[in-house]
Amino acid sequence: MSTELFVQYLFAGITYGSIYAIVAIGFNIIYNTTGIINFAQGEFVMLGGMIAISLLSFLPLPAAIALAVLLTMIIGALIEIIFIRWLKNPSVLRMIIITIGISILTREAAVHIWGENIRALPYFVGNEITTIGIMGARISPQVLWVVGVCGVMVAVLHLFFRTTSVGREMRACAANRLATILCGINPRNMVTFSFVLSAGMGALAGCVMSPITYSQYDMGTGLAIKGFTVAILGGLGNSGGAVAAGLLLGIIEAFSVSVVPLAFQDAIAITILLLILFVRPHGIFGSGEAARLKAF
Amino acid sequence: MKGIVSKVVMGAAALGLLLAPAAWAENIKVGAILAATGPMSFLGGPETRTLEMLVAETNAKGGINGNQVELILKDSTGNPEKAVSFAKQLIEEDKVVVIIGPSSSGETMQIKKIAEDGKTPLLSCAAAEVIVDPVASYVFKTPQKDSDAVKMIYKEMNKLGLANIAILVDNTGFGKAGQEQLVKIAPEFNIKVAENEVYDKAANDLSAVVAKIKANKEVQAVVNWSVVPAQSIVAKNIRQMGWDVPIFQSHGFGNIKFVEAAGAAADGIIFPASRLLIASDLPDGHPQKALLVKYKKDYEDKYKENVSAFGGYAYDAFVIFEAAVKKAGSTDRDKVRAAIEQLKGLPSATGIFTFSEKDHNGLTMDAFQMMTVKGGKFVAYPAK
Repeated sequence: MSTELFVQYLFAGITYGSIYAIVAIGFNIIYNTTGIINFAQGEFVMLGGMIAISLLSFLPLPAAIALAVLLTMIIGALIEIIFIRWLKNPSVLRMIIITIGISILTREAAVHIWGENIRALPYFVGNEITTIGIMGARISPQVLWVVGVCGVMVAVLHLFFRTTSVGREMRACAANRLATILCGINPRNMVTFSFVLSAGMGALAGCVMSPITYSQYDMGTGLAIKGFTVAILGGLGNSGGAVAAGLLLGIIEAFSVSVVPLAFQDAIAITILLLILFVRPHGIFGSGEAARLKAF
Repeated sequence: MKGIVSKVVMGAAALGLLLAPAAWAENIKVGAILAATGPMSFLGGPETRTLEMLVAETNAKGGINGNQVELILKDSTGNPEKAVSFAKQLIEEDKVVVIIGPSSSGETMQIKKIAEDGKTPLLSCAAAEVIVDPVASYVFKTPQKDSDAVKMIYKEMNKLGLANIAILVDNTGFGKAGQEQLVKIAPEFNIKVAENEVYDKAANDLSAVVAKIKANKEVQAVVNWSVVPAQSIVAKNIRQMGWDVPIFQSHGFGNIKFVEAAGAAADGIIFPASRLLIASDLPDGHPQKALLVKYKKDYEDKYKENVSAFGGYAYDAFVIFEAAVKKAGSTDRDKVRAAIEQLKGLPSATGIFTFSEKDHNGLTMDAFQMMTVKGGKFVAYPAK
């Protein structure tokens, strides 16, 4: 394989990988504070892209994206307040069914608002045929936007959880809910906040990837499956693991094209998911002990 | 008093029930199974809207042979299982005269036998050749033949001196059928298939596979045969890699939305398609011109969206149904079926249909026109 082709595959893999990682981190944030998997995570990505495209007719691109992220965060908060907050000690199964319901509801609402057509934000720099050369390979500048924004998001999130008091409270809530209450922190607010945070991240990812992948009302499900695979692969609740696992899966998918027909690309992701669930159910980077301590 | 009122109301309701079926009995029932929503909605959406428009127009003019047309629309969402149950329902419960649709080749193949067993003419809006080859007596289709599209593309390649090609198809029924024809017909035109790949219909980035094809230095042209939005991603990924290879696409590219999605990357894509897309550029006196211009204007005024070749396939199905019912002078399914086979030289949106016992598509290569994209618009190829 030539260097050029190698770099080309690598970039393709990193592009898919960063998107998977962001969706997986969204899963993790909510999983950490509530112990549930929010299957509507992919819908936040869809909403971000779709709202930004609609706003673009009145606002310049950066403002449209910012407002779309903000609106999606509000939607995330509303979803939590309306559907989840008032439940007293719901079972895991019940919560999962609720989030699947929310996912279907959001999708149906989206098809009524935006219709079934594909839409896209314009390229942030250049247009569909602009290319830049890196080590002999040629890629769209938007790829750098996707990778860059995802990288910054992960870094900011890390700082947020380590250094801010809200971030620490959320981590405390994840570690021991009862002790958190005893310390005077309201875990219900933390749960709402975790929905807001993962909605905002999903929405921003949805905006930067829209020029490359398009936005469509039903794009959320496919992303949620890939993101879930990555979250499991990296160890549920482990955000660093999600980044590593996301990139790993993306790169494996990209390079798989050179050995097996493209049609098998998705089969590879599912095979990996199944293998991990059989062999290391707590993920490659997760610890088995931590997984056992969770109520899940 | 109250008792009397309720008795009168009940009585009136009962009378209404008795009268209602009598008033509807004269209606000609047409079933349509189209993917109005869901992943195939870029096919079923324009098809549904076209049918609604045509039925309203026909009824306003007094219907067919003095009878109103009743359209029973079923949204399959592109799901073959739903298409199967709708087909049974339309044939057995609604007792429709004909079924228009389904939108996709996969769905059509699933209900081919049901239409055949239920002795109900099926006018499919899906493209794959296997729908009418081998001929099933009740199954017809309106889009052009895949093999004709392939021949149009290969003829153009011969002219341009392109001999080694890469084939990329989507994993829908249309894509698979196209791949088969592309591989089968290639030797006739001395064309060698150097790469042959299938991509997922929901794919959102295909740069890896494009990189693989690009690495094969033999490849002189790419045939991107698809009917889903992912085909625009292929075009974008090719151009983003700075690869200026000629791109050929199928008649499945005939929706301006795919051009918008590919943006600047769509420029120069060469593909065979229905003349509907360039209606106003046709020479005056072309047998299809008047009806194409009218259909395009009516549709675009009514729905505020560009007409697509896919809506045209539903237009054809309705025109064929109307002509057959008029010719048969009856709504008997068998008589209508026989009448379709006798239709000759019927101009419609996709082409001029001439059916026979052996030909249930009724179109020739002439129904195609080579086109390209210039400045975000469809124009005749070679561009002037």
